[in-house]
Order: sequence, then C-alpha cells, then structure tokens
Amino acid sequence: MNHLISIEDLERSDIERIVSQAERFAEVSDREIKTLPTLRGRMVLNLFYESSTRTRSSFELAAKRLSADVVNFAASGSSVEKGESLKDTVLTLSAHKPDAIVLRTPWAGAAELVSRWCSAAIVNAGDGKHEHPTQALLDVYTLRRRVGAIDGCSIWIVGDVTHSRVARSNVLAFQRMGAKVTVVGPPTLIPRGIEALGCDVRYTLDELDTADVVYALRMQNERMSEMWIPSIREYAAWYQINGRRLSSHQVLMHPGPVNRGVELSGEVVDSPQAVITAQVEAGVVVRMAVLFELLAGTRGPRTVAGPLGADAPAGLPSPEPVAAGRLA
Amino acid sequence: MNATELLIGGRQPPAELLLRDVHVLDPRAGIDTRRDLRVRGGRITEIGEPGTLEPAPNSACGSGNGVEKEGNEELIDGAGRLRLLPSFFDPHVHLRTPGQEHKEDLVTGTRAAAAGGFGAVIAMPNTDPVLDSAPLLRSLRDAAAREACIPVGFLPAITRGLAGEQLSEMAELRQEGALGFTDDGKPVYSAGMLRKALQYQRLCGGVLALHEEDPTLSRGGSMHEGAVSAALGLSGIPTIAESTMVARDAALAGYEDGRVHFQHLSCAASVDAVAAAKARGWRVSAEVCPHHLLLTEQDVRGMDTSMKMHPPLASEADRLALIEGLRTGMIDCVATDHAPHARNEKEVPFEQAPMGSTGLETAFAALYTGLVLAGILDLALLIERMTAGAELFELPTPTVAVGEIANLTLVDLDAEWVAGEHGWASRSENCCFAGRRLTGRVLMTLAAGAIAHRDRALQMVGA
Repeated sequence: MNHLISIEDLERSDIERIVSQAERFAEVSDREIKTLPTLRGRMVLNLFYESSTRTRSSFELAAKRLSADVVNFAASGSSVEKGESLKDTVLTLSAHKPDAIVLRTPWAGAAELVSRWCSAAIVNAGDGKHEHPTQALLDVYTLRRRVGAIDGCSIWIVGDVTHSRVARSNVLAFQRMGAKVTVVGPPTLIPRGIEALGCDVRYTLDELDTADVVYALRMQNERMSEMWIPSIREYAAWYQINGRRLSSHQVLMHPGPVNRGVELSGEVVDSPQAVITAQVEAGVVVRMAVLFELLAGTRGPRTVAGPLGADAPAGLPSPEPVAAGRLA
Repeated sequence: MNATELLIGGRQPPAELLLRDVHVLDPRAGIDTRRDLRVRGGRITEIGEPGTLEPAPNSACGSGNGVEKEGNEELIDGAGRLRLLPSFFDPHVHLRTPGQEHKEDLVTGTRAAAAGGFGAVIAMPNTDPVLDSAPLLRSLRDAAAREACIPVGFLPAITRGLAGEQLSEMAELRQEGALGFTDDGKPVYSAGMLRKALQYQRLCGGVLALHEEDPTLSRGGSMHEGAVSAALGLSGIPTIAESTMVARDAALAGYEDGRVHFQHLSCAASVDAVAAAKARGWRVSAEVCPHHLLLTEQDVRGMDTSMKMHPPLASEADRLALIEGLRTGMIDCVATDHAPHARNEKEVPFEQAPMGSTGLETAFAALYTGLVLAGILDLALLIERMTAGAELFELPTPTVAVGEIANLTLVDLDAEWVAGEHGWASRSENCCFAGRRLTGRVLMTLAAGAIAHRDRALQMVGA
C-alpha cells in the first residue's frame, strides 16, 4: 500500500492485516514504556483543514508511539488564510520531506489529489463527505475485539448518512468483513443511490432488534437550520437510540463526539453495550498500524525508489524495515 | 441590421483554393459524392466532377508552403478520401471576454473554434462585466471585428447582471447587433421575469436561449445525483432541476407565443419535456453537448475536475435518451458549451472547481468516434446537427453550393490523434476528452470565405 485514501481501495485481506497489526501494537500499549523505535527518523505531517481534536491527536500520538517526528499544520492562522491553494500548501510543506501526510479537508477527493502532487504517503483523515478510512478501520478493530468475527453480523448505521464520511467508509468496511449493513435515517438524509454500495435502506427503527450492532451517527445542529429535518426534537423522537430501543444483545457504536439526548440517550452511552470509549482507544493503535503499513511495512522500497530515498546521503544505512515479528 | 451583419469577425483575405477530388458531404444540399470545388475571392465558384477543374495558371502546388502570392490559387488534392463539409456552427461558447482573458479571449477562442471545424460561434454573456448593455456590446463587436478569426455572434443577458431582477435593454441591444438573449450560467428563475422577456421579444425579436436549472433543487450540488454521487459523498444535482424548468418555460413560451431555445439538455426527462412542447406546436428548440452524448456520471468517479460541468454528466439512460433525441430531431443541434478555465482554477478539489469543459477542438472527432464509427448515428445526420444551430438563431446555414460564401470544413476521417497531445489552440486545457484517442481530424476550416484554420498535417496531404 502506498497511501490510505479510501476503504474502496482495500481488500478484506488489507483490512485484516492492518487490524491484526493494531492488535499487536495494543499489547505494547499496556507496557510501561509504550514507545517503539519503528519509525525513528521518519516525519509525519498532520495537515488539517478542518478542526479536529480526537482524530488529529490520535494520529499524533500514534506517530509518537512509533518514534516518528510529528509536525502539525492547521489551516487556520496559516498561509491558507492568505489564499494559498491546497496544491501550493502541499508543495511548500513537501519541501520539508515528510514521509507521510495525514490530511483532513472539507473536500471530497482531496486526499487522492494530494497523492499526485507529492511523494509522501497520504493518509486520508477525512475528505469532505467522501471517506474517513481510519475511522472505519478502528471500528472494524473495535467490533472484532468485542464480537469476534464480523461475518454475518447485521449492522445498522443510523442517522445523517448524506453528510457522513464515516457512514460511507463504514458501509464499505463492514461489508468487506462480511457484515450485512443497513442504513437508516430520515429520507432527506439518506442519499439517493446509496443502495448501490450494497447496503439496505430503511427509514424507521422498526425491527431494530434484528440488528447485532447499532452504529449511531452524529446529528449536527446545522442540519436543522439547513432544513434537512423539521426539528431536532422530532429527529430524536424517531431516530434516537435509547434504552427502550436498544436490546441487551446489541453492541452500540458511535464515532463521537456524541450529542447526548439527540442521537443517543444518556443511559445508552453509559451502558455496557456501548463501545464508544473503546473506539477512541482503538484509534491510536489502528493509526499506528496504518503508519506502520505505509512507512515500514511491506513497502520497504519507498526509501530507495521514492524521491525521499534518492535524497539520502550515500553510505547511510536505510532505515531498517521493521518486521512484525519484532513486536512479538 | 440584416442577418449576416449579426455575426462579426473573420475578415481575413478571401480564399483562393482548388479542392480536387474531395468527397463533398452536405446533407441539406443533397450532395454525398466526390467533386472538385473551386473557391475564388472567398466564394464557391465552381463544383465539378472529380478531375475536371484545372488549376489556374501560376497556382502554388501543394499547400502550406508559404507561397501565397496574390492571384495564386492553392491546390489541395483530396484523393477521393478527404471529406469536405459545410463548416460547423456552435450556438454556445464562452469566449470569456471581457474580464476573464486569462481563461480565453476572442483570438484564442475563435482559433479553437476554427481548429474544431467551426465556421461561426455564438458567445455567451457571463463575462466580467456581464454583457448587458449596448455600449459594451458595441465595443465587444468592434473587438471581434479586429480579433476573431471566424464570425462571432453575441447573446447579451436577458436580465441585467444576470441577476434575474430587471430586463436588460433588449430593444437597444438588438439594434446594436444582439443575436438574441440569454442568462446562460444561470436560469431566469422568476417565471414572471421570463414572461416579461417573452413579451418584450414581440417588440425586438431575438431568440431567448435558456439555461434551465431550478436552484432550489441544484444548490450545493457538484455532480449528477445518483449512485456515483452517493458513493463519492458529493452533493447531487437531480435531473428534475433541469427538466421541471424546461417544462415550465416551454409552457411560458407557448402562452406568449415566444421563441425559446433550451441550452445543453442533459437528461431524458428534459428531452420528453421538449418533445411535449413541440407536439403542442410551441416554438422551442434545443441543443445538446458532445460530453452529454458521450460521457456519464461514471466518468466522474475519478473526480477529475474536467468532468465537472453544468449541467452535470448524467446516467447512461439519460445519455441514450439524448442520442435518441438528437437522432429524431427532438434535439435540434449540437453545441459545445466550450467553457475554458485556467489550470489553477481547475487544479483544486472537485467541489471547489468551477463548472465547465472546453469542447470546440474535440467536438467533431469525439462525436464521430463515439457515435458515427460506433454505428449509432449517420455521418450525414451528425453534420446536419452540427450545422443546424445557425438557422435556429435566424442566420444563414452554411451550404456547399455554387455562389455561396465559402464556409467549409475539410476533414480526414481516417486520421487518429490523442486529444491534447499537441496542446490546444484554446488558452485553457480543461477538456473532458483530453487524453482520449479520437478518429477524424479537421484539416482546414474556411469561415466567411477565408481560411481560418489549417492543420499541420495538411502539408503532407497536399502535393
């Protein structure tokens, strides 16, 4: 793998490899010294065009656990506000020779575009309403730890599917892992044609008890001012996952941040079915696995073939490719 | 102002040319056979059996050799193979002048048109400032007279500033040479405003060309609404944003007995709406763009910003309905909607990119390759539809006949090329067909009696 742009590009075996690697990293994170030397000397650049606390800090922590250098570049307060184009920003930052760029933008396809402009490995940390592949990978990881195999699971993704990159990546990822996915929400927030991804579409929570996993999406207040729904109150009445609707056999997931009282009631957030904090925890190890996959895994030749490698002074040993076994 | 004066530009030295043994195809004139054809002083003076017209004394043999002495006649040998067609007419291009000359101007835009075999084009008014006043039209026509290498007609705005709130001074604009009116790039969203324009049309004439889009349905969208937009997470533009407005405005035109032309139809439902209007005898016509006839939402999957245009590339069923509409004549003509944008404007994420693709230089070859060679449409029908725009705007149709001013396009139907491989005549390169292998190459274009384009390949074909 050269980049992680979208789940659509991944085979089941790719997902399983990354998730398994994350499981090995998880063993390390319980040790007293949590840092591994794996990516020492590598630079990871976080380039964020949208505000983000958990995703950015999770990537930062993941890179640091692997001993990579991390540079954070937020669009606000930077040259971007002076009108610099995405391309020029990327070319400028590329001059610092990052090995990986973690990119979040409000624009679909931006990660793919940036991958053509520079030699760094690109990790898509959310491109508009398109995809958020590391979220889907950490959700697969979390769910696999909770229920074992995902094959045959019925997973309902509930809420604002139209505006959710998490929904798109997760529909694809859960299906790749053998689950049956249903998207549920108000008809105004289910995009026409979504069933072409292979999921079922529903407009009510009737028969929610047939689901093994309920994945609630964040309902943003702006959606009401944009008149996608009549009111948050009515939305909650029809689509909130609460104690009456959630059964004890079900697992509850949410990408965060939660609007308590809107898409989830307080009691289900705190219930034993909820794996929401486990998802956050998984974020670090899964992102470690992604960085490992892109920078140290099977694709060792980057250091030789890529422009980054070409710049390395002759005679220096190339950074040792770290075999997975080293962690065992 | 008479009809021919409404087009301006292309006044170069009149052509002196003998085209020997070319296959002349003009569906309207009923010619589809090998002929010799002579152009003298920019007019077609003789058409004869192949091999019967003798070169004038002192002729320069071959072509493009720079020997262009006065009175010399250039000789081109078609070997029975090169096709001579009436030059194409494009009722919908963006020449970006005034104000956006970094995208295109009158020189580069008309050169691009001539390179694509077009003998005349109609320019849209969504410039900066908007073409909505007589003084601006006068200065633009003056500029076109100096700079355009083929004749250009102008459609000023229906409403001032394209704002949809106040009619432009239509009668005065007509006196100054307005071919018709359009708010292209935007719909006239207020039915009441369009009705007033239709009423004013009784006073001053001029076709109203309509960009049909209901902004309450299309707002925020950057591609066709469907499976691909759902997968890519791009906001979709539903086809009803266009078709409901086509139906509404056809009814308005019918009620006022006005004359409207629907621009760039993109979906099956719009073709149906036009067919229903025509069945009622309402005075409507319609155009379709090569990209809507050849590409679909599937071509947007890679989020290449050259594939982002308005209206958006729709479904395969829509594409097939458009082809059928063009075949049956429900859609009257082909228009390119040539919409140049600078590289830096298009080299951005898909949602940020402006709408539009260039199309003048690829229109014929793309349609010939995709529809004629594929056995879907006849070449004669394609030529008819690529020249029909003139009559829709009350202009003389280019015709291959003795006594006519030479509006001719010479093409090599066997030549293969890759779109964009040698760059573009247009100042911009945002072509949705860039990189595609196309068959059929325009070798020479005569517009208003003058040679407006000559392909480098022609030097090898001559002699």
